[in-house]
Amino acid sequence: MEYLDFELPIKELQEQLEKCQVIGKESDVDVTETCKKIEKKLVETKKNIYKNLTAWQRVQLSRHPNRPYTLDHIRAICGDTFLELHGDRNVKDDKAMIGGLGKIGDQSYMFIGQQKGYNTKTRQYRNFGMSNPEGYRKALRLMKSAEKFGIPVVTLIDTPGAYPGLEAEERGQGEAIARNILEMTRLKVPIICVIIGEGASGGALGIGVGDRVLMLENTWYSVISPESCSSILWRSWEYKEQAAEALKLTAPDMKKLKLVDDIIKEPLGGAHTDRETTFATVRDAIVKSYDELKNLSPKDLVNQRMDKYAQMGVYKG
Amino acid sequence: MSWFKRKTKGITTTTEEKKDTPKGLWYKSPTGKIIDTEELEKNFYVSPEDGYHVRIGSKEYFEILFDDNKFKELDGKLESKDPLKFEDTKKYPDRLKAAQDKTKLKDAVRTAVGKSKGKDIVIACMDFSFIGGSMGSVVGEKIARAADYALKKKIPFVIISKSGGARMMEAALSLMQLAKTSVKLAQLSDAQIPYISLCTDPTTGGTTASFAMLGDINISEPGALIGFAGPRVVRDTTGQELPEGFQTAEFLLEHGFLDFISHRKDLKNKINQYIDLITNQPLRV
Repeated sequence: MEYLDFELPIKELQEQLEKCQVIGKESDVDVTETCKKIEKKLVETKKNIYKNLTAWQRVQLSRHPNRPYTLDHIRAICGDTFLELHGDRNVKDDKAMIGGLGKIGDQSYMFIGQQKGYNTKTRQYRNFGMSNPEGYRKALRLMKSAEKFGIPVVTLIDTPGAYPGLEAEERGQGEAIARNILEMTRLKVPIICVIIGEGASGGALGIGVGDRVLMLENTWYSVISPESCSSILWRSWEYKEQAAEALKLTAPDMKKLKLVDDIIKEPLGGAHTDRETTFATVRDAIVKSYDELKNLSPKDLVNQRMDKYAQMGVYKG
Repeated sequence: MSWFKRKTKGITTTTEEKKDTPKGLWYKSPTGKIIDTEELEKNFYVSPEDGYHVRIGSKEYFEILFDDNKFKELDGKLESKDPLKFEDTKKYPDRLKAAQDKTKLKDAVRTAVGKSKGKDIVIACMDFSFIGGSMGSVVGEKIARAADYALKKKIPFVIISKSGGARMMEAALSLMQLAKTSVKLAQLSDAQIPYISLCTDPTTGGTTASFAMLGDINISEPGALIGFAGPRVVRDTTGQELPEGFQTAEFLLEHGFLDFISHRKDLKNKINQYIDLITNQPLRV
């Protein structure tokens, strides 16, 4: 397990606890009491740390190297029923954007999401979760296919942004994202979006327009990353903490602004500390959302979705 | 003894005062061609010698596209609020105030309805001079309402993009304007009302990732910068040297993202020609 800087007190206690348990096993000394004390302190420390997370700390948690990624969620939720589908039928198969069909209970869903890697090699293979235009076009192809057969769409969002590369520009990164946004506003099947990690700007919104948009507790969603915001507005990379606060990018802030519909609670210590519980909560949230949407006619569904987005914005006059 | 010896020391004349002609009489294009500003205005703000299309704003585009510069402005009173209490090196309301004072505009887009070659048209035109033409709630709402107007009255809709992207000071609220404007364009599209996207210099970021690329036709002016990520970001991320002409209108035309590029003086004719053709109406002369 890797620890973030603000998690170091947890790491210390965790190590103490392990040592204590080892002593208990290897000697005759009764350490039950001591271990219990440390355990209790550990829970308290965790509670204290995670109760008062700053925006920047949540950003760090959203990027935690042990955090479950899109395919982890899908495989846990759908098990053997998941069938991955590839390609945009145009240029290539984007490894940073994955998709496919899977079941939750008796219901089929089309899953789509950005995929990150878990070590240097796979991170490169997945382009750090930054899709090229063909990734967005692959996503749209799968959504259209789902629409044709009346299958609900679930998108899992985890990206530091759409890839800002030369070829991406040549092949129309802006157009690809724009097309997805427009088509998602009028897709005739339920769309449930879950931010499971990073929700960076157009790259996230390119698969992020939905009837229900949910954020895991320790994720972020905004128009720009705090680092880039700092470099543009403060002209230095040093103000990322302030930028994170100013952008109001956490799940509670986004809910308050009515830009997302709900927050999915994470286990104490973050999604990575108890993956199984996280997967179960995400699955339940998807099922609950679908139950709320499945009886709406396509027309009502699209109208409600369009009205929701048409109301976003704060102005005067 | 030298001919030009300064008698007093420490003379510091500001550059402003050193100019021997009043400001604004001449315009110098990037290639160094000089033109009288009155001539420039008559020539649709295009430098005649090198064809350089000078950046202009809503005032000038309305003048170029509406007959006799007659139009009715829509929702002219909408102004930005500060829902996030955003503060970087400056407070957002202070930035807004400064931009309003400098530009005499309310925000980064103006929307209007009027006649162009005798028929009604709704135009939303962005102003780059207002915080880099950035799109926040007001830009989204004004474009949405203009699209609603076009939808209700069945009038063709034009958006003239000129923007650095979404407005950071409204964070996710500005991001959602991409979705909001797209909702309205989807409704226009379903109602078969032509939507023309004119991408002008510069069109980048959130505008490119929404309405700028969603026209029934996307058109541009010569040399305009159009892209999703700005050239500096692309260079910094990839470490690659950018090819000549990268992200220009010509580059986008070549890669299939524009229908055509038009000289500014032909814009009015070409836009109306397209509208007549696509709606199967007799061509206006």
